Amino acid sequence: MTYQSAIPTRPDTLEQPASQFDSLAQQHQADTLGMWVFLASEILFFGGMFMAYTVYRTAFPAAFEAASGHLNLGLGGINTAILLTSSLTMTLADDAVVARNRRATAIWLALTALLGTIFLAIKGIEWREEFREQLAPLFGRPFVFPEPHTDQARLFFSFYFALTGLHALHLLIGVVLVLVMLIFTLRDAPHLDAKVIIAGLYWHLVDLIWVFVFPLLYLAARHG
Amino acid sequence: MTTVPITLPKNYLNQDYTLWSWLTTIDHKRIAWLYLVSITFFFFLGGAAATVMRLELATAPGDVVESETYNRLFSLHGIAMVWFFLVPSIPATLGNFLLPLMIGARDMAFPRLNLLSWYLYAIAGVFALTMVIAGGVDTGWTFYTPYSSLFANGQVVLAVVGIIVAGFSSILTGLNFIVTVHKMRAPGLTWMRLPLFVWAQYATAIIMVLATPVLAITLLMIALERILGIGIFDPKMGGDPVLFQHLFWFYSHPAVYIMILPGMGVVSEIITCFARKHIFGYDGMAFALLAIALIGFLVWGHHMFVAGQSVYASVVFSLLSFIVAVPSGIKVFNWAATLYKGSVSFETPMLYALGFVGLFTIGGLTGVTVASTAVDVHVHDTYFVIAHFHYIMVGGMVMAYFGGLHFWWPKMTGRMYPDVWGRIAAITIFIGFNLTFFPQFILGYLGMPRRYHTYPDEFELLNALSSAGASILAAGYLLPLAYLLYSLRWGPMAGPNPWDARGLEWTTPSPPPEHNFDRIPIVTQKPYAYDVPKRDSDPA
Ligand SMILES: [Cu+2]
Repeated sequence: MTYQSAIPTRPDTLEQPASQFDSLAQQHQADTLGMWVFLASEILFFGGMFMAYTVYRTAFPAAFEAASGHLNLGLGGINTAILLTSSLTMTLADDAVVARNRRATAIWLALTALLGTIFLAIKGIEWREEFREQLAPLFGRPFVFPEPHTDQARLFFSFYFALTGLHALHLLIGVVLVLVMLIFTLRDAPHLDAKVIIAGLYWHLVDLIWVFVFPLLYLAARHG
Repeated sequence: MTTVPITLPKNYLNQDYTLWSWLTTIDHKRIAWLYLVSITFFFFLGGAAATVMRLELATAPGDVVESETYNRLFSLHGIAMVWFFLVPSIPATLGNFLLPLMIGARDMAFPRLNLLSWYLYAIAGVFALTMVIAGGVDTGWTFYTPYSSLFANGQVVLAVVGIIVAGFSSILTGLNFIVTVHKMRAPGLTWMRLPLFVWAQYATAIIMVLATPVLAITLLMIALERILGIGIFDPKMGGDPVLFQHLFWFYSHPAVYIMILPGMGVVSEIITCFARKHIFGYDGMAFALLAIALIGFLVWGHHMFVAGQSVYASVVFSLLSFIVAVPSGIKVFNWAATLYKGSVSFETPMLYALGFVGLFTIGGLTGVTVASTAVDVHVHDTYFVIAHFHYIMVGGMVMAYFGGLHFWWPKMTGRMYPDVWGRIAAITIFIGFNLTFFPQFILGYLGMPRRYHTYPDEFELLNALSSAGASILAAGYLLPLAYLLYSLRWGPMAGPNPWDARGLEWTTPSPPPEHNFDRIPIVTQKPYAYDVPKRDSDPA
């Protein structure tokens, strides 16, 4: 005999958890913890390269500052603002989904994905600029930089392309993830709040990584 | 006499027999088998490379293979054994199989992610095999720059991409373990009631999740250096090859604990069962596992005493390495204390477990020896180091892996293997192992360097002994392959609990049903209740 409560239940509490879980709450907690553990792993992933960069930054301060001066601070700054704003829109999407406002959730998610895409486009423009100025030591292309810092500047730009490239790859995955969440929202998928919040965790981490990439690379020349 | 056909109740093995059902399974018990079969392949691949090496080293002149081939053989041996056998060995097979059973869960927290881990491992394996077929690498498993960057003359990119992918496979396994232990425990199963095997997997998972990404980024930098031509470790541009060593060992020393902690978990289960006693100092054993995992992150510099590292850094790393030996010592003493006044019996798993304790102790003590700054200058990159870490990894981890495999084989398959053959194999492996590696301590102390295919004549006797031991060891490893396969078909039925062991995994039928438990158990006591008399109402 099953007990039926007289109090009407919200439709989503009737949803069943996946078969390995006892309850939706347990499933939600497990999913969230899983994402946090993954983020910890990601931090160590980028941490390895930050560490290597910092070692060289300390070893060759003059060269790294000279090389950093060749980056486009304007575009980098705009991109930082865009990405921080996208974290705001993502948080607003979190809020909207908890409040069960599907329309607002969809709008904020779309805006987040759009801001992420604009970031990638601006990043692409910057890269093209650096390729033109022969600052990209990739694929055996010529690298032109005034003496005496030529070689260590090359090292700087190796890190620049590795770090921004890796970050852009993560952001691209993030944009796809947010678009998937947008589709879920439009289709009113089950456990929507859990899904959006977990996707948001990833998005915020990718932003946070940029918050370290930007000063390390762009502000090295302007630390006063 | 007539034979009555018995229909087995439905279990995870006889649900479905198609290959497709295996390749798409999300059942943690079946995924354990996928891993078991794949790592067995790599174990024998790495073993084959070692066989040719020992054949070459049986005599002083370089008469079997050329030096370049020899370089590729020891690189293949290291890569296959470390990333494709030892790292996944106990966690991905026994860990996958037992973790949900031991904590009273129906499956891992993320069953699909679990299958994805195996597919990543399989893709990594394809990269590794392509690397071998395309000619291999000659860098050793350590990929030190500039051997792997400026002067690479092998398939470095294939090898490192394979290892990066294998790394993500083990990160996902670790993530799954951590979440499963945190969120999937049965009612009443508090942290201090967890079997030590679970604690060991948990401590290992922490290392997998936090150390492996650093290896991934380090090898990615090598790959980028090779593919894009950037020069992060290239001294010409001011790059520092020693920085690579720092990053590499930041992973690879903790990885040594990925390759020993799970074995410690297995041994704790086996020793309590065959001594019929509660583990001595449970709390200390659990915290020692965590302490080893955490302190293990702070000792990597002991690999670079002769690489131009500052002497002050070396002293600190040396002291930290001594400290990490303390929790390891606690474990050995507690196993000994568990055996004391126990009703010890010597079934196959117990022989392996006792072998582990002795060999791990030798490996650990010689580890302290090589972590002493002055001694290391003498024995660095000699056979002393080779012998030391083989005592840990083969004498320790492989022994524990075989012990665990024999202990839980009846649970995994529902059948018993011939115990006499099991004991013969265990003793053969023990003798073969010591004969192979003990002479290498002496060789290293006398100054024979590692990674050469020829050596002066005066080292010939000890090398011949070592090669003779290797052939015994190889025979010892082939025996279980034969009788375990035999037992799959002809072994007698094991029943749910053939060892009369405690632990939730023994309360469910062998082989277990698809969702492990018909009814989720409720835990009311500490593990290893061997000294508590059983009541009739107790399950199994
Ligand atoms: Cu070490």
